[in-house]
Amino acid sequence: MNPQPLGTLKGFAVTFRQIFRKPITQQYPEYKRPVYPRFRGRHRLWKHENGLEKCVGCSLCAAACPADCIRVVAEENTAENRVSAGERYARIYEINLSRCIFCGYCELACPFDAITLGNEFEIAEYSRDDLIYTKDMLLAEPIKRVPVADREQFDTPEPAYKTSS
Amino acid sequence: MHVEWYVSLIQAVVIINLVMVTFAYLTLAERKIMGRMQLRYGPNRAGPYGLLQPIADLVKLLNKESFQPTAAIDWLYVLGPFLACFTALTTFSVIPFGPGWEIGGVYIPGQVADIDIALILIFAIGSVGIYGFIIGGWSSDSKYALLGAMRTCAQLVSYEVSLALSVLGVVIMAKSLSLTEIVAAQSDTVWYAVPQFVGLVVFFLAGTAETARAPFDLPEAEQELVAGYHTEYGGMRFGLYSMSEYINLITLSGLCVTLFLGGWHGPGWDGATWAGPLWFLGKLILLLFLFIWMRATLPRLRYDQLMRFGWKILLPIAILNAIVTAIVVVAV
Repeated sequence: MNPQPLGTLKGFAVTFRQIFRKPITQQYPEYKRPVYPRFRGRHRLWKHENGLEKCVGCSLCAAACPADCIRVVAEENTAENRVSAGERYARIYEINLSRCIFCGYCELACPFDAITLGNEFEIAEYSRDDLIYTKDMLLAEPIKRVPVADREQFDTPEPAYKTSS
Repeated sequence: MHVEWYVSLIQAVVIINLVMVTFAYLTLAERKIMGRMQLRYGPNRAGPYGLLQPIADLVKLLNKESFQPTAAIDWLYVLGPFLACFTALTTFSVIPFGPGWEIGGVYIPGQVADIDIALILIFAIGSVGIYGFIIGGWSSDSKYALLGAMRTCAQLVSYEVSLALSVLGVVIMAKSLSLTEIVAAQSDTVWYAVPQFVGLVVFFLAGTAETARAPFDLPEAEQELVAGYHTEYGGMRFGLYSMSEYINLITLSGLCVTLFLGGWHGPGWDGATWAGPLWFLGKLILLLFLFIWMRATLPRLRYDQLMRFGWKILLPIAILNAIVTAIVVVAV
């Protein structure tokens, strides 16, 4: 053992000095740090401007999903019941968020940009059943608003898979 | 002076509860101060400034299931925490915190029990307390708990020697083992922190090891032993262990105040007679802060470093201190 009394005392001085400095903690529920613009939060289904759903029920997202958390049941559009812009639409579209790993592959696989990953991350629930999001929930505007950092300042260039397609 | 039995009883209840409250808020203070030293806030959610945190912790611990490993030895497993906690609380009874008062014709002494061999009693009960840790670690049938218990055993036994020898100087100077007389001797002459400074330093370091505080917290070294001897404990049984550790710390600080820092006397001026407990508490808080400060500053020692420090540095210094004190006292 190599005792260093002076260094030890210096260490005591350092720890004591910290007491008078302001803590760097961010008090979370009161202060929400803005998320990164391309942060992958909970999913969102989109509609066209004319009100028709973008999703055509092709199940490519379900196929791409590594966690197997998406369930799509498709049905034909008819003249009386036109839901989506394509030939078919998703009668059932469910995402089990307790299985989802937020990898974003569903967004990547979607040929119509119908599903995207939003910025919302406060999606904890008391029951597992409440974590199964149905189509209505995914189509609705998110209730909770999450501050997002300035896109100009923090966003990275458009990813190659989006620019090339 | 004659002390009525019911006075002692009431006093014991009051003191035990005061020690418990001190323990509860010591945990909060420790978390707060360490938080600040690490640029964090510490607990600040339960009540204003987190002041209800100890109560929240208590409720949480009490509500937990009292489980135990299948292979654990039942009665020893239950006995361990109780023994540790009982001995920790008992020790505080002999520490004087005031001059003694006369209220309504009833004499209230400055401590629960004024015993002639109080110092020896403290060490004796402290040694019994070690059994609580060893029994708990051994009976819970877990390798981490057993390793933790063995470390606790080895560390406490080796540092108890230095601890006992470091107070020898004080005993020689005060010519008494009674804590009240040691306090009185200090107010007559000078606080023993001055002539017995070496003894104070040895006592403080050995005491840190004795209560298994950082940097000597090898018995519960989280990174290697999970939690040490109380790995298999949960709920309030764990709470009792945690409590006994903190109360040991409080008692040790109280003993340090009594032996080296003039006990309940103020520095050269006592103030009113009721100010005794306040002086005592003030010094106690100062020492406890020092322990917390040390925990936030120093990293843990390696096991061989711990043993070498105990046997090759602390023990010779303690013996030398005792011998030199004896020579000086005899010569002068």
